[in-house]
Amino acid sequence: MTDEPFIHIDHVSKRFGGTAAVDDADLSVGRGEFFSLLGPSGCGKTTLLRMIAGFEFPTEGEIYIEGARITDTPPHLRPSNMVFQSYAIFPHLNVFDNIAYGLRKARLKRSELKRRVEEALAMIKLAGFGSRRGDELSGGQRQRVALARALVRRPKVLLLDEPLGALDKRLREAMQIELRQLQKSVGITFVFVTHDQEEALSMSDRIAVMSGGRILQVASPRELYEAPNCREVADFIGEINFFDGVVKGREGDAAVVDAGPIGTLRVATQAAAGTKLLLAVRPEKIALSAEGGIVAGTVAAAAYLGERSHYNIAVAGRREPVSVAAQNTEKSVTRGHAQGDKVYLNWAADAVVVLPCD
Amino acid sequence: MTRTGKSRTGLFAYAVFYLAFLYVPVLFLPLFSFNDSAFIAFPLTGFTTKWYSQMLADSAMLHALGNSLEVGALAALISTVLGLLAAKALTRYRVPGGAALLGFTSLPLFIPDIVLGISLLLLLSGLGLPLSLLTVIAGHCLICVPFAITVLMSRLDGFDKSLEEASLDLGETGWMTFWRVTFPLALPGIVSSLLLTFIVSFDEFLIAYFLAGSEATLPIYIWGQLRFPYKLPAVLALGALILIASAVLVVIAEWIRSHGLKDRKHTMVGA
Repeated sequence: MTDEPFIHIDHVSKRFGGTAAVDDADLSVGRGEFFSLLGPSGCGKTTLLRMIAGFEFPTEGEIYIEGARITDTPPHLRPSNMVFQSYAIFPHLNVFDNIAYGLRKARLKRSELKRRVEEALAMIKLAGFGSRRGDELSGGQRQRVALARALVRRPKVLLLDEPLGALDKRLREAMQIELRQLQKSVGITFVFVTHDQEEALSMSDRIAVMSGGRILQVASPRELYEAPNCREVADFIGEINFFDGVVKGREGDAAVVDAGPIGTLRVATQAAAGTKLLLAVRPEKIALSAEGGIVAGTVAAAAYLGERSHYNIAVAGRREPVSVAAQNTEKSVTRGHAQGDKVYLNWAADAVVVLPCD
Repeated sequence: MTRTGKSRTGLFAYAVFYLAFLYVPVLFLPLFSFNDSAFIAFPLTGFTTKWYSQMLADSAMLHALGNSLEVGALAALISTVLGLLAAKALTRYRVPGGAALLGFTSLPLFIPDIVLGISLLLLLSGLGLPLSLLTVIAGHCLICVPFAITVLMSRLDGFDKSLEEASLDLGETGWMTFWRVTFPLALPGIVSSLLLTFIVSFDEFLIAYFLAGSEATLPIYIWGQLRFPYKLPAVLALGALILIASAVLVVIAEWIRSHGLKDRKHTMVGA
């Protein structure tokens, strides 16, 4: 059964009244994968996660874990455990009893229970914190206790609902690394919900980008960034410049595209003459030079950001400036382009992403 | 003296007068209960505890007190259980027409007790049910449930719903989740509700008067005694004891409430 997907979301929809919170979601998660659901708030990612956990039930479609249908199984009988956005640490119990909460049904001997909980405390580097009350813990500690409480049950799937959202930036970055290492070491499948695209990119094996209840693209972080399949994904993940274009003719595998103020470009696409296209280029794929390039422009704004500089380049005939990011690879206090400088834009032919025009 | 100083003195005098107006009449109760005269009038004639011994010897009064305690305890228990169920449904599930439902359950608070008493009496005699303490308990539940719902809803709203979801997620059924999470977290609210509804029932007169039949609760008994002036001092003695008991109850309820508040940030109305 190795070729079978570990979690299979089979054409699942969830409607509240007339509106679809999740609209025909169809995806598979592999065993041991770190899988993220990424999207803005209200995109349906949390509803989809809650359907996997069993707190919501699909209006249509089926959910399988390891081939077993769990679509309408109540949450306490599912092989998944969840880390809640608020952590949901039981305030009337101490840390030990919080972690031991889900082990009651396992009917372990007192000594075995103690060993399991202490193992979990050591895993989250909170050994000796067993007698602390939930409200005596910091945000990061609460997050770890929630993690230990879920993992101590040895679930097949760990569901995480924006677990890092409540932490400050430094702690969040530290926890991202820790969480990723933990996932590798325990080998459990993680389904991770987040609205933070950097977080999703840095942690995930694969990401499903959601918007308006629909799944737009499921791909690896690199693929999502370098080869988005639609305007919304391209726009949501990182920064990007869009150019409208029309195919004028073909030259072998390439199409000759009239991109208006940008000029004529040759891009790799099968589109026939007359097709309208959306071309997209990431800011860091564009190089600036003083003479010679694809199109000329004027520096409208320049910002020095330390390791890189950011420029807005005004191009004649275009309303929006072109965004360019340049790595400051050479040590210099005088180099760089200033506002008002005439510059040329250059990019490699394969830097252009061709998107369907919607 | 500054202007604010003057107005502050004025406000202080107002507060003193206000508190005196509230509590001085109540303080006459214990005062005259120790006065050696059957007449409730100044000047005081001497110290005695005979009214207390007379009260303890009055078996009819003690019987009425027992009735009131029984009615109060059962009404408090039943209305708190019903209130807890309603509060759980209204705060945790998408109940169709939930707001209207809440309005309907609080309606008895706004219907004059005398109207409620008469209509319940008509209903019971129409059904041919005999009047007894049980009918008083039923009537008191009607007016106590809204108090219980209000107290318990604010308690249940005060803690994170995902705590209950976490329990389900960790393998417990809905029933065990109630006992392991909801009940301990709602406990301060449950105690508040029990005390509040007990007191509402204990001093309720009108509904009890209509529904008690041949039995008497304490307020009914006391009302009956007012016709016999020589019995009044013993009523005062009982009143003084009830006053002390209520004060103790209120202090306990407040302590539990503030203790609960210290653990978990939330507000609670009533009690």
